[in-house]
Amino acid sequence: MFWDEAIETIKPADLKILQEKRLRETVSRCANVGFYQKKFKEAGLRPSDIQTIEDLQKLPFTRKTDLRDGYPFGFLAVPLRDVVRIHTTSGTTGKPTVVGYTAGDINTWADLIARNLTMVGLTKDDVFQNMVNYGMFTGGLGFHYGAEKAGLTAVPSGTGNTKRQIEMIHDFGVTAIHCTPSYGLHLAEAAAEMKMDLSSLRVGIFGAEPWSEKTRNELQEKLGVEAFDSYGMSELYGPGVAFECSEHNGLHIWHDSYLVEIIDPKTGENLGPGERGELVVTPLTKEAMPLLRYRTGDITMIMEDECPCGRGPKLARFTGRSDDMLVIRGINVFPSQIEHVLLSIPEVGNHYMVYVDRVNHMDEMTIDVEVSRENFHGELADLKNVQNKVIKSLRDVLELRTTVHLVEPGTLPRFEGKAKRVVDRRGDD
Amino acid sequence: MSCEQYMIRQISLFSENKPGRLAAMAKACQEENVNILAFSIAEAEGFGVIRALVDKPDVAFKKLTSMGFNVAFTHVIAVEMKDEPGGLFEIASKLSEAGINIEYSYAFSGKNKAILILRVDQVEEAIRLLHSHKFTLIASESIQ
Repeated sequence: MFWDEAIETIKPADLKILQEKRLRETVSRCANVGFYQKKFKEAGLRPSDIQTIEDLQKLPFTRKTDLRDGYPFGFLAVPLRDVVRIHTTSGTTGKPTVVGYTAGDINTWADLIARNLTMVGLTKDDVFQNMVNYGMFTGGLGFHYGAEKAGLTAVPSGTGNTKRQIEMIHDFGVTAIHCTPSYGLHLAEAAAEMKMDLSSLRVGIFGAEPWSEKTRNELQEKLGVEAFDSYGMSELYGPGVAFECSEHNGLHIWHDSYLVEIIDPKTGENLGPGERGELVVTPLTKEAMPLLRYRTGDITMIMEDECPCGRGPKLARFTGRSDDMLVIRGINVFPSQIEHVLLSIPEVGNHYMVYVDRVNHMDEMTIDVEVSRENFHGELADLKNVQNKVIKSLRDVLELRTTVHLVEPGTLPRFEGKAKRVVDRRGDD
Repeated sequence: MSCEQYMIRQISLFSENKPGRLAAMAKACQEENVNILAFSIAEAEGFGVIRALVDKPDVAFKKLTSMGFNVAFTHVIAVEMKDEPGGLFEIASKLSEAGINIEYSYAFSGKNKAILILRVDQVEEAIRLLHSHKFTLIASESIQ
């Protein structure tokens, strides 16, 4: 199903014309932003020098730190009186990043979300419970406006009170939910404990943190939904930037609205399709806060195969971030590697925490992981074996000795927003 | 002789090694009026297994599971042991001669006698062996 079939299946040649037109408009809007005026000057560029997609390479990258330095309104390309809404990004140190939206932005964004919801098969006949934060986080209002635009019955349940969430799903006959994958699993556990029937559910949209195929199977089995991966970030409006279709093989990014590059995060060089690197996006329709070559920090690649659904090139599922890399005793560690190891061991659950400390000038990594309820047979020796298995598997993958704590099921934090599973305490002392 | 009647269901409970876990388990048993006949704790790095013989294992299992504990049943055997020098040797040597391995064991001595609780690798063989040597095995229905 298409929301806007013409644009979703646009021919490459027509797309390029549209992208270049919108790129020129974006560059001219950026000329109103002090940061870009300075950057253009440094590079000896005039906005009119950027005409084609190839010209993009002349432009500098924009980083999250740049946005933070512009706090609060340094990146607005329009007067504040034309801004109808403000969101801020979640959970980074220091000041948040502020994102502004014009009335046009709100409308464009809702339209993108409507495309996604329609793509996953939702219609006016669906009841959609949006179980994410409705405050400064973009997931709440973003999905809400898109759902209303697509004609769904939106239930703005927000976060918290899991018991009430479950009752509403049951009582309202909710067919589709949106939440983080970890909250989805929590919901399933809680519903099982309450012995509540959630069989009205058929679609689950999960975003804000990367999740694995194993988690997909678990979500689908326990919640009785078809699970779709959702990608976005506040700087690019919010959720809705890229989304899985029913092929469940990569995410469609909307090429009419987002110009995509994949770069080597170390050298900044462009990488081709099939090569994994950092996603860099130039949003093409943003009015209040246009950005050029924004470094998302997220690791993916452009997929080479065409999608049978008829939409444009997809991004591979995200496998971590270029900037949450930990350096432990000089060895690079991506938390996604740890997650991957733990997911391959059935004796431990999906929930874990990683702590990094400096003990006697040495980096020490400790991993708390829940013992799986199903795989406990009462023997201490079995548990010791599980612990050793986790330690050995981590050593094989990370080439690092770690300390592993087995903890009781249900005791580690469940995250409703972005999961913060890594706690680096090395700077604390 | 049916070995079945001498297989006693022990409750094994996974617990992190931190203050309050034993108290939580014990309180739950008290609330459900479950009497703990014997118990021991085995510990490894940061976690352990609490093992207990209780008079109402199903009630305890249900209660502890509902509290979020990871609980499993394990079959053990309980045998009367002379509470005097050589009492343990008598039993351990018989098992050893038969090549039966004791994985773990704990014991308590009451007024007149001592009870040895055994987790062995060959449960039925151990029951038959001890029975044939006239040891008194505790039937599960007499305590549970």
